[in-house]
Amino acid sequence: MISSSSNISSRSKGDFLLSWSVRLLALTTGGLLLLVVAFLFHESWPALQHIGLSRFFSDPDWYPTDNSYRLTSMVWGTILATTGAVLLASPLGILSALFCHFYAPPLLGRWYRHMVELLAGIPSVVFGFWGLVVLVPMIGRWHPPGPSLLAGILILTFMIMPTIMLVAHTSIAHVPVAYIHSASALGFSRWSMMWHVILPTSKVGIFTGILLGMARALGETMAVLMVCGNVVQTPSHLFDPIRTLTANIALEMAYALGDHRAALFMSGLFLMGLVVLVVCMAEALRHRNIYVATK
Amino acid sequence: MPFSSFFIFALRVILVSHILWAFPPWEYLSARAEGTRLIITGSSTMAPLVSEIGKRFETLHPGNRVDVQTGGSSRGIADAVTGLADIGMASRALKPQEAHLFGSVIAYDGITIILHRDNPVQILTDAQIRDIYTGTSTNWKTVGGNDAPTMVVNKAEGRSTLELFLQYFNLKNRDIHAHVVIGDNEQGIKTVAGNPHAIGYVSIGTAQYDANHGIRIRLLPLQHIPATIETVREGTFPLSRPLTLVTQSPPAGLIKTFIDFAQSLQVHDLILKQYFVPLQG
Repeated sequence: MISSSSNISSRSKGDFLLSWSVRLLALTTGGLLLLVVAFLFHESWPALQHIGLSRFFSDPDWYPTDNSYRLTSMVWGTILATTGAVLLASPLGILSALFCHFYAPPLLGRWYRHMVELLAGIPSVVFGFWGLVVLVPMIGRWHPPGPSLLAGILILTFMIMPTIMLVAHTSIAHVPVAYIHSASALGFSRWSMMWHVILPTSKVGIFTGILLGMARALGETMAVLMVCGNVVQTPSHLFDPIRTLTANIALEMAYALGDHRAALFMSGLFLMGLVVLVVCMAEALRHRNIYVATK
Repeated sequence: MPFSSFFIFALRVILVSHILWAFPPWEYLSARAEGTRLIITGSSTMAPLVSEIGKRFETLHPGNRVDVQTGGSSRGIADAVTGLADIGMASRALKPQEAHLFGSVIAYDGITIILHRDNPVQILTDAQIRDIYTGTSTNWKTVGGNDAPTMVVNKAEGRSTLELFLQYFNLKNRDIHAHVVIGDNEQGIKTVAGNPHAIGYVSIGTAQYDANHGIRIRLLPLQHIPATIETVREGTFPLSRPLTLVTQSPPAGLIKTFIDFAQSLQVHDLILKQYFVPLQG
């Protein structure tokens, strides 16, 4: 006991420096988040005072220069575009990870992975531009006008699929080989091995990938602004144009003054609220499903 | 508690570094050492032009710096009033309630209605444009075009292009039935060029430049007056706007020198290069 405590004290100088610098860094990171939230609250305070929180839900529509500040249709726009993209990109990402690891010949698999990595690196404005000049006119010929919720969902799907696929691939690759061997020894077919062994074991990683993709979809601005049409309305079907909270800020912030500006910071707070909601939901799901089910 | 005191210390460090980052004192010192700095903020339509004028001004008046920042006409006027900027840029005439400010027009810009080049419609009356934008006409055949639904492109709130458009057609933004809401001119042009049934409005300078460079859009005449740089210069094109430099007090000193320079023939080529219309023919 004594020797171990003297051991610690002999290391203590380096330990002291390291532990305090790590603490400082951690504090800065946390502090930055607090500063961002405090800044958002500070900037949207005039809106809360002059307009009041309830009017962001109860006003008839969003015409900030005409004193009307309803944000709910943009909250719906954000939620629908993100949900749609996650619903499309998750199966695509997980299946391509499985293909890459179990079905593709090694050379093809490696190439495929590199292609997806490349896709993950394409800047969002390039996706947006491609959407604007190719995807939107295509949808427009099929079902006018073209800029729509559907275009937003498709662009976001392309953007988050690589994240989901790459994270899923990494966690699938980390499934212990013994599991796979045992499954083979028990005579599992390739598909039932994947379904009953691989996927349950790598659930946490796959879920993390989906969460990362979801966060990117929630916060995406440029690409969505270019393809969604940005009309403030709650969409009644896939071909209706929508405006997301992020696009609202990007479109109007440069020209906004006074309460209009503060109302845009409110959009930021709403977005922050959505992200917090997603994280809370993820935490709840993780504790309920993943850890219990994999036991 | 050592931890809480450390926490407060760290918070202070963060706050102080934040303040230094936002208002770096060395910037003011260096500006004073170099000479006078002119801060110009406002209209994003005018910013590229004014910053070119500023560069030429700097070479002619060494030791002075011209800083141009965008943020919209409203912000340009607000900054001129609060003194955050020496000169504000507004891509519109001053409003009656802004009569206490001093505006100096340096050039003109026109707004034009644009259609896709394949749209057979050659001319629209003001009433027809109003009907299309309010959703009364939703098909091109009602105004002499193909049997196809119209796609209305509108601008986002707060932009002076939108303001001028609404004012000219005597509309409220609430009346407009838009299918797409866009931010800047280029996005509007790309949107219209990508859809043969679209109608939009953008600055004539940008539209004429793009139309001359193979982008598939057409500029529509208004009240039978063609949308060109020449008609805006003559003042005959109905939907045009003056590009104004705004000051809080009568221009004097370096500010006056700069405004005189911006209105002179010496920057004629810069204005033409940006597809705006200079004061002198």
